[in-house]
Amino acid sequence: MESTEKLQQIASQVRRDIVRMVHGAASGHPGGSLGCTDFFVALYFDVMHTKAPVFNMDGEGEDLFFLSNGHISPVWYSTLARRGFFPVGELATFRKIESRLQGHPATEEGLPGIRVASGSLGQGLSVAIGAAQAKKLNKDDRFVYSLHGDGELQEGQIWEAAMYAAHHKVDNIISTIDFNGQQIDGAVENVMNLGDLRAKWEAFGWQVHQMYGHSIDDIRRIVAEARDACGKGKPQMILMTTEMGKGVDFMEGTHKWHGVAPDDEQLAQALHQLEETLGDY
Amino acid sequence: MKEYPVLGKKDTRSGFGDGLFELGQTNPNVVALCADLTGSLKMNAFQDAFPDRFFQVGIAEANMMGLAAGMTIGGKIPFTGTFANFSTGRVYDQIRQSIAYSEKNVKICASHAGLTLGEDGATHQILEDIGLMQMLPNMTVINPCDYNQTKAATIAIADHHGPVYLRFGRPKVPIFVPEDMPFEIGKGILLNEGSDVTIIATGHLVWKSLEAAKELEDKGISAEVINIHTIKPLDEDIILRSASKTGAVVTAEEHQIRGGLGSAVAQVLAEHKPTPMRFVGVNDQFGESGKPDELLDKYGCGVKDVVQAAEALVKPRG
Repeated sequence: MESTEKLQQIASQVRRDIVRMVHGAASGHPGGSLGCTDFFVALYFDVMHTKAPVFNMDGEGEDLFFLSNGHISPVWYSTLARRGFFPVGELATFRKIESRLQGHPATEEGLPGIRVASGSLGQGLSVAIGAAQAKKLNKDDRFVYSLHGDGELQEGQIWEAAMYAAHHKVDNIISTIDFNGQQIDGAVENVMNLGDLRAKWEAFGWQVHQMYGHSIDDIRRIVAEARDACGKGKPQMILMTTEMGKGVDFMEGTHKWHGVAPDDEQLAQALHQLEETLGDY
Repeated sequence: MKEYPVLGKKDTRSGFGDGLFELGQTNPNVVALCADLTGSLKMNAFQDAFPDRFFQVGIAEANMMGLAAGMTIGGKIPFTGTFANFSTGRVYDQIRQSIAYSEKNVKICASHAGLTLGEDGATHQILEDIGLMQMLPNMTVINPCDYNQTKAATIAIADHHGPVYLRFGRPKVPIFVPEDMPFEIGKGILLNEGSDVTIIATGHLVWKSLEAAKELEDKGISAEVINIHTIKPLDEDIILRSASKTGAVVTAEEHQIRGGLGSAVAQVLAEHKPTPMRFVGVNDQFGESGKPDELLDKYGCGVKDVVQAAEALVKPRG
């Protein structure tokens, strides 16, 4: 088990990568990426059992991860690169022509770590559940993790998938909602209120956990709790409270940085707040 | 004119069901998903024999497409089953992103395609599905003509790695493809040699085109008939060879004439061998309730329509 301090150092570097990538491409989604950084680092550097840096599409004997809200690709790309799946230098190609690091994650160019394209919202839970059922058929006892945005829950397919997983007792999936309360047009509660999410997921037959997405220890503890609850007939859902833009003060807590790149001055200001721990790409 | 004895009459969806059942016995990686239409899709035999590999999804087709994409990760070969309408238009973005763009080995099996769905009417009679599917990069599009060919195609696509759209239908139609004929994806079949006009047909319209060729023969017109069961990838060679010989091409399909087989053939000919053409299919209309053959006749997809189209091309030449 990695020390909390080590994971926090990695997270600081991933946050630097995110703002540099989005600045370099002059486009991308820094807000949600920064908000989910601690989760990604905890998952890939501690929680998940993978064969990193080796990547196999079928992921036999490994935990799998699916990102359904594909627009937060910067945090995933940085995490994958820092975990060794592909060279860190490739982060500089994000969103540029001939890059494997597409604006939204894709499999076409074979970027290690990506198993399905995502970006058009609401599809990733179905895919993750399908992969979890394939694991059961293959008598593979590892787990499937997925991450979804809170605004994404407005897509109907999510609830089709929710119903299905409970009905078919898919109890090897641990899904997480990034509950930052923001979407492109403003606060989720103003755009389309999600109501009582815990009650909704419980009513759909999932076991629900809650955690604070900026405490590495909380993430490790709650994900372990959800993993221990697997195998008992219920899919697992973690409602993760996060702050959009976490780590860069002027990006925190606002939907304004959902899909906007910082200019040169803002980049300098952001990097000033984020310690370079592993070396910039 | 080459004779094709009728070996019986069955629905093409039964060919799918029987092919799927056979695959269940021979290929342990084949799994099946269905959105509350197990009986209509003839998937019961597979469901009963292989309950662990059959997944009832309920009335939730978008979820079904995503599940199927996910099941390929780990080596499963998912066959999804629902009506053609709900297999394509309803779930286009799910297919586009999670299956086609992601290069997932999913077989989208679609029954009740076209007008011959009959009495349920236009809400269910999709006539745009071939167009929707052939536009997607990575997608193979197959529309077999009878029970035997549908069964063979179902079995063949399990060995083809990549997304496939397999289109079939509801009514009982004549069986004339030999039971033991192997199915070759992308390979058109020359059913009748002729010299005056080429009829290129797919699906239920293949048999209608053979009947039309007989009528044309009585009128002194020699029609070549080609079964294009795979619309994508299209067998360009067989089309160009025949067009070079006859100099006139009719396409016939139970689909909109915009975006279907006719458009695909026209594109090949326009580029390599410009040839006078006529298009038999539905012309920018929705269908309606009725009996299959009544509907085919009313919407320009009957034997007489194929005959008239061929005559219109051949007669001016004298």
